[in-house]
Amino acid sequence: MPDHIDSPAELHLLDETLHCSGSWTVGHLAGLRSALRKLVLPAGTTLSVDGAGIAAMDSAGAWLLLELRKRTEAAGGTLEWQLLDASWQRLLEFVESVAGKTQAPLAERKPPSWLDRTAGIGENLIGFLSFIGETVIALLRTVLHPGRVRWTELLDDMFETGFKALPIVGLLSFLMGVVIAYQGAVQLKLYGANIYIADLVGHSMLRELAPLLTAILVCGRTGSAYTAKIGTMQVREEVDALQTMGIPPVDMLVLPKLLSLLIVLPLLTVYSDVMSIFGGMFMASTQLGIGYNAFISRLGEAISYTTFMIGLVKAPVFAAIIAVVGCYQGFRVSGSAESVGRHTTVSVVQSIFLVIIVDAMFSILFSILGV
Amino acid sequence: MTPMPDAGSGREVVISLRGVRTLFGERVIHDGVDLDVYRGEVLALVGGSGSGKSTLLREMIMLHTPDGGSIRLFGTELVGIDEPNADALRCRLGVLFQQGALFSALTVLENVGLPLREHTELDDAMIDSLASIKIAQAGLPPAAAGLYPSELSGGMTKRAALARAMVLEPEILFLDEPTSGLDPTSAGLFDQLILKLKDLLGLTVLMVTHDLDSLWDVADRVAVLGDGRIQGIDSMRALSNSTQPHIREYFEGPRARGTRERKC
Repeated sequence: MPDHIDSPAELHLLDETLHCSGSWTVGHLAGLRSALRKLVLPAGTTLSVDGAGIAAMDSAGAWLLLELRKRTEAAGGTLEWQLLDASWQRLLEFVESVAGKTQAPLAERKPPSWLDRTAGIGENLIGFLSFIGETVIALLRTVLHPGRVRWTELLDDMFETGFKALPIVGLLSFLMGVVIAYQGAVQLKLYGANIYIADLVGHSMLRELAPLLTAILVCGRTGSAYTAKIGTMQVREEVDALQTMGIPPVDMLVLPKLLSLLIVLPLLTVYSDVMSIFGGMFMASTQLGIGYNAFISRLGEAISYTTFMIGLVKAPVFAAIIAVVGCYQGFRVSGSAESVGRHTTVSVVQSIFLVIIVDAMFSILFSILGV
Repeated sequence: MTPMPDAGSGREVVISLRGVRTLFGERVIHDGVDLDVYRGEVLALVGGSGSGKSTLLREMIMLHTPDGGSIRLFGTELVGIDEPNADALRCRLGVLFQQGALFSALTVLENVGLPLREHTELDDAMIDSLASIKIAQAGLPPAAAGLYPSELSGGMTKRAALARAMVLEPEILFLDEPTSGLDPTSAGLFDQLILKLKDLLGLTVLMVTHDLDSLWDVADRVAVLGDGRIQGIDSMRALSNSTQPHIREYFEGPRARGTRERKC
């Protein structure tokens, strides 16, 4: 096809002859729209198309000529081709033969009704529960046969999710300690109760905020990575490959991740406790003039071993939530890149949601137990 | 910008490679590739695994820049080309990727219509009609238009991808292993489809393929890539009688001999 023909397609009606000129190619047809709209076809007459002026034609142009003929026939007339290049005549016939096979685009798919959606939620819940069951069975199998633990994967994963998270967890915990101490300092100053800053920071961070902050960070950092990793493996049929080799995907992909988070998240929580206390200490000395020694000795009196453990005991539960939700959403990925993205979002939202719900349930439990 | 006619044969050269060199780290992939593709022909590029066929294809469609030499499309040098010129050239090329590369978030109809929406000022109704004509041209049933890529079979994916590659009426069509993963019947039909579109629309086709049937049936000329350069370029019949060691190595397997006996 010659490429130097760049004039737009044109169409004029003159004495029952449609004079066509220019390039009837896909890039040059836009200008024809208004000409076509303005074109009034005389009813019941035989028109002829003079194609001598057409410099180039492709299937888009051919389709437009065919549309023109349809319009003429709808008006009760007929349309004939004249002076049309033989190769374009063949193209016209080809387009005509396939155009008969097209149909109007299908109606938009209906969004699922509320009944379907409720059923979908139920299905999701059953799937999630059975996945938890599968994971627990695999975990018990591993506990009974400790030789089956995949140490390389486990240590790799601990390095990735634990060691590499230290800078961000440390920085944010320190800042959190600073913020809590700063907010408290203003109030405590009013009452001259400056030294109680250690109680405030110690209790709020160790009991509540440090475990929660660490868990939420790990949700975003690690839970999403789990989903994306397993999801991509799912798309590339790697999960199916594991299954056909007789290696349960849960053993290979879920257990190392679950175990590593169970170990790493409590450690990160303790680290977050320490860093947030540092943040509080720093703020106490600059804002309230309480020295580090005074702060630490007050902290020792105010914070019991129980307070520390109450915070720490939540960490493994959060770890299990993050790992199981992340992996489960990964396995639910099907087919496409879009699906990986959607399930990664769902994984992060669901695990943060569950972590906060479980944290609230812990609060209720501890208040009933009176600790 | 004007395409230069080839002095030797008088036919217009649309793709011209001279001394193309490609390195991956220390490894030399191409070491002086010279190749001319004429308007209206089907040229097949073959070579063993790792011989750099796909990389050469990626260099011709501006996805990879060679480390040396020159590549000209329609007479325009690709090495050091600026973006506006590159975009203008890209509209004149259609590419069929090996896995189809259909956008998974869009239906087949939307996939095929996407280039039209981006590059022309046609209205939506017209774009949908043109897209469905292309879908029919590629031999897909009308019902396929509303499906998502994850709902298509391998052969349908290739056809949908071909429809998308053809929708801007390109002058050169690049095919990366168009028949791989298709059953023999579908592969044969796909070959016929390529030939038909080439005849009707005057396409130039450059394909990378391992399919011996396609080489015999579709390709006008076959270029054999080996040791970083073109070892021979000729019709399949001539190549299969060649005594050049690289070419013999490629075409001397039992399958290649079997196909030759059937075709000759």
